[in-house]
Amino acid sequence: MAGTARTGRTSEKVPWTKREHEGLAAGLFLLPNLIGFLIFTAIPVGAAFVLAFYDYDLLLGASWAGLENFREMFTTDEVFRAALFNTVYFTAVSVPLSVVLGLVTAMLVNQALRGIVIFRSIFLLPYVTVTVALSLVWKWIYLPDIGLINSVLGVFGIDGPPWLTSGTWAMPALILMSVWKGFGYNMVIFLAGLQSIPDHLYDAAKVDGATAWRRFLNVTLPLLSPTTFFVVVISVISSFQVFDQALIMTNGGPGTATTTLVLYIYQKGFQSFDMGYAAAVALVLFAAIFVFTVIQFMFQRRWVTYD
Amino acid sequence: MRLLDSIGAALKDKGVEAPGSKAYWPILIYATLMAMAFLTLVPIVWMVLTAFKSAPEVAANPPTWWPREWHPENFAAAWTFAPFGRYLINSLVMVGGITILQTVTSALAAYAFARLQFRGRDLLFLLYLGTLMIPPQVTVIPQFILIKELDWVDTYQGLIIPQAFTAFGVFLLRQFFLGIPRELEDAARIDGASRFGCFWRIILPLSGPALATLAVFAFLFHWNNLLWPLIVSNSDATVPVVVGLRNFQGQYGTEWNLLMAAAAIATIPTVIVYLFAQRWFVRGITMSGFGGR
Repeated sequence: MAGTARTGRTSEKVPWTKREHEGLAAGLFLLPNLIGFLIFTAIPVGAAFVLAFYDYDLLLGASWAGLENFREMFTTDEVFRAALFNTVYFTAVSVPLSVVLGLVTAMLVNQALRGIVIFRSIFLLPYVTVTVALSLVWKWIYLPDIGLINSVLGVFGIDGPPWLTSGTWAMPALILMSVWKGFGYNMVIFLAGLQSIPDHLYDAAKVDGATAWRRFLNVTLPLLSPTTFFVVVISVISSFQVFDQALIMTNGGPGTATTTLVLYIYQKGFQSFDMGYAAAVALVLFAAIFVFTVIQFMFQRRWVTYD
Repeated sequence: MRLLDSIGAALKDKGVEAPGSKAYWPILIYATLMAMAFLTLVPIVWMVLTAFKSAPEVAANPPTWWPREWHPENFAAAWTFAPFGRYLINSLVMVGGITILQTVTSALAAYAFARLQFRGRDLLFLLYLGTLMIPPQVTVIPQFILIKELDWVDTYQGLIIPQAFTAFGVFLLRQFFLGIPRELEDAARIDGASRFGCFWRIILPLSGPALATLAVFAFLFHWNNLLWPLIVSNSDATVPVVVGLRNFQGQYGTEWNLLMAAAAIATIPTVIVYLFAQRWFVRGITMSGFGGR
């Protein structure tokens, strides 16, 4: 180590030059990534925070707006309010569903049964399949007259709603599709968590006479809680960013019933080219994600046990 | 058999006795899994089957499940209505470019962070980590303005370069490199190997799984990604297949058989990569999840 340079008198010079070379080597290793990272990731992150306080139009240029963007957002902009509400609605319903479904599926595919690997692959398939393509399929599935869901409901004598064009049902339809697409991801993480629980703990519980249900409550759930925490945090972050499905299936409609924050950022920034305002909305999105994540970290002590 | 036991116990509590032994439980599990797999696959199978149907059959009420007649020419029709061959090439160039750039530069940078001593290392790494917390939608607007200034709108470099230098790859590979024993390199250093020699001959050959994981992750993510190419590409020369599919929807929105054929075309490459590289992908999910633990 270079730190020994001061004590060893004879070797004083060698480690120092070695350290110098290390700095040079480090620079060369870092350079290709660092240049790109600074220009295309770090600087845009900084710029986003500045841009939110400007009026920025691609043709007219920038002018200082102070807090005007934020004032407009929280006082007169009804679409923003709808987008914020819709995003929270989407998150509040889809996260619990996909977390529970992910856990149940993980427990099912954690069995030592023949061919279980095939089921794991199937459940993860929607997650890796192109979202735009799947959104188109689901758009068809949700068609009011010839769509799959209403045809099946029709067999049971139920007159299904016009899913994607109904102000009430468009959001649940979007949520159902998203849960279907995303639960496999949660399954993979839960499965890894389940497999890291040592068997001897279950054996010990059995010896103590714990029923299977007790073992689930007192061994599986507590030991899995760091995994569950991680899955919840990640799910909240990603559902706050929902975009593809909303753009393709409903384009935010009917009215603003499914306009999400990211869809609104896209519409403001790249359809009305009001980029300063879009940056301000993006900043609110970031703040919302940040606050929710911090809150979850604060509450984790109540229910997450680390071994 | 934990779950079997728990279901068994739950049923027992309700007074339901399993006749005979636990031999019935695997059947119950299989039945549940089959039902779930069916529901999971229906939309994807539906997409493929619809792609082969004739236009009147698609509009039929009630819908048919199995095509009455097969019309593989739907794929050719979709292919001629919009240049899907070109879109696929664009996607390959974009995704290939991002994947290669990201994997190579991330590996080099990750080595510096994992092994070399230099001033400001921890602070710089913290900067990398910090950007991981910023949602990509926040940076999209400044990135676009930058691309506009560089005159890169509607070019391959505009699609590739801004997406290739995220902190994710550096973070993932650094974690992996830290797990490789230092002693392996010390021996080579004594024999006079340079830092780059160590990286090239020792670290890289041991890092196949991590590099494959990152590459598969990048491929699937960027093939699927809509927002950035939607903003940057506006001509057939650069439009990747996901954006092409979206534009196709705008023009042929009611011709469901052609639309599903186009959707299947866009999907096939990801399904192939997933089937062959599934374990790297699954590894990537758990590694990025538990990397910090």
